[in-house]
Amino acid sequence: MEAPTWKNPVIGWIDRRLPIFTMMQHDLVDYPTPKNLNYWWNFGSLAGIVLVIMIATGVVLAMQYTPHVNHAFESVERIMRDVNYGWLLRYLHMNGASMFFIVVYIHMFRGLYYGSYKAPRELLWIIGVFILLAMMATAFMGYVLPWGQMSFWGATVITNLFSAIPLVGEYIVTWLWGGFSVDNATLNRFFSLHYLMPFVIFALVFLHLVALHTSKSNNPLGIDVKGPQDTIPFTPYYTAKDMFGLGVFMIVYLGFVFFAPNFFGEPDNYIKANPMVTPPHIVPEWYFLPFYAILRAITFDLFWGLIPAKLLGVIAMFGSIIVLVFLPWLDRSPVRSARFRPIYKQFFWIFLIDCFLLGYAGANPPEGYFVILGQVATAYYFAHFLIIIPLLGFLERPRPLPASISAAVTAKGAGVPARSAAE
Amino acid sequence: MAETVATSPPHMDEGETRRDFLLIATGVVGAVGAGLAVWPFIHSMNPAADTLALASTGVNLAPVQVGQRITVVWRGKPVFIDHRPEADIKAAADVDLSKLVDPEPDSARVQKPEWLIVVGVCTHLGCIPLGQKSGENRGPYGGWFCPCHGSMYDTSGRIRQGPAPKNLVVPPYQFTADTTIKIG
Repeated sequence: MEAPTWKNPVIGWIDRRLPIFTMMQHDLVDYPTPKNLNYWWNFGSLAGIVLVIMIATGVVLAMQYTPHVNHAFESVERIMRDVNYGWLLRYLHMNGASMFFIVVYIHMFRGLYYGSYKAPRELLWIIGVFILLAMMATAFMGYVLPWGQMSFWGATVITNLFSAIPLVGEYIVTWLWGGFSVDNATLNRFFSLHYLMPFVIFALVFLHLVALHTSKSNNPLGIDVKGPQDTIPFTPYYTAKDMFGLGVFMIVYLGFVFFAPNFFGEPDNYIKANPMVTPPHIVPEWYFLPFYAILRAITFDLFWGLIPAKLLGVIAMFGSIIVLVFLPWLDRSPVRSARFRPIYKQFFWIFLIDCFLLGYAGANPPEGYFVILGQVATAYYFAHFLIIIPLLGFLERPRPLPASISAAVTAKGAGVPARSAAE
Repeated sequence: MAETVATSPPHMDEGETRRDFLLIATGVVGAVGAGLAVWPFIHSMNPAADTLALASTGVNLAPVQVGQRITVVWRGKPVFIDHRPEADIKAAADVDLSKLVDPEPDSARVQKPEWLIVVGVCTHLGCIPLGQKSGENRGPYGGWFCPCHGSMYDTSGRIRQGPAPKNLVVPPYQFTADTTIKIG
């Protein structure tokens, strides 16, 4: 890395002792980025910005919130009514969680479509899977804090999942609760962990970026960068593009915050938690619905009851995320982008529809037709990763790849060296 | 340089050395110590003394009429107390055990047949089944019906249909007098 010379003597003095300015120049300005990135590449930086918004709003909300079973619900109502701009901060935080998942899910499906998980980006992808898991834990515990009916019963149902573990399950659940039911001890520890987890995510995001800047960005063609003619510097080109995308995103996000702040919520969560009354229909937040459908899809024991349905459901639910860790090795096709994989491209869209069907099944009570839908969609979810993708690696004949990014996206073919054209 | 070599232990290349031993011993002691130091952190998350102190509840059964069901709170969970009529007791006793998911005779689940006492928490994922109040759906087996995922319990609190793997749990209790019990 060639250290730039800094004109400002103070910056130069600091940089010689702690090269933060060199790092920023290297990773935020000079970072050579493929010149053909489309708008699906905006969602990584958007996710980072949403994380910062969540931490900022969360820190000030925590100054007003009381993690006690007798005060939690009322303290949230106080934030909504009495605290200056409390309503705004809470609605930003609440809807920010939904936006975070929308952005991250799009980011992940972009990776699936363009093969961003393939060598040499396997670790980058796996760190991403862990970020998703950490986000899910954070969102789950955050949803418990307002101590409404859905908070309480969501926490009860999800923590009870661990009772499916053979032999030690009951002890683990008691340990998680700090008592014999979801109660004050549970609320307190969830608040503590909900405050901790975002910083764990922040650290994982940092590793995600180190891995990204080591193997460099993938691109819609999925072919390697062949030289400087294929790239442009991150600043100003992609900073400008990211800022534009951020503007569009903020219109959507703030649209919900100001005009439909409870769109993603459940009305039952404005009823204070009552451990003696279960709401008739418990549903998790929308971003968990596909996984909830997988959990409920298993209604049969395996191996003559050795693995009961409940345990199998839990295994399937966690397995549906863990399978993503192995995706780089399940997919044997040497071609990354679905643009050059005519059959994979179709299965990608079927898989996307399957995820929506799982969400639909998860949102509805497990009766009649929805049970079958959930089971078929769950079977297809796993078949996609464990059967279809490995087979396509052998059976599919990919279309020919372009010689280089530059050859594919510029009028004259291999012609224009973008760097010199830009300068 | 030659001197440095000369001061090295003579058995350097012959497998284990005292240095290896010290290294392994230090590592083991360190690992055990770290394990012991972690325990207070983990155990602090288990139920505290005051939570454990609230672990028993006394109930007077005298006012509960035949056919009436009441709910009491024990360890933050509802406990269903059912003063069963003769027909319910007979229905629970007559069930063919081979048809049960979690086979248990009714007699093993009660101390006095007219009093069924079970923890009112569905053994599937912890919802509270319906059936305590008159007019609520008790399901086709006359016991309780869990609205979350459709588990159905009979008049002995045994699982008959649905995803729950176990019967409703019978809490530890004893009759302290003819019509009073202590749960826990």
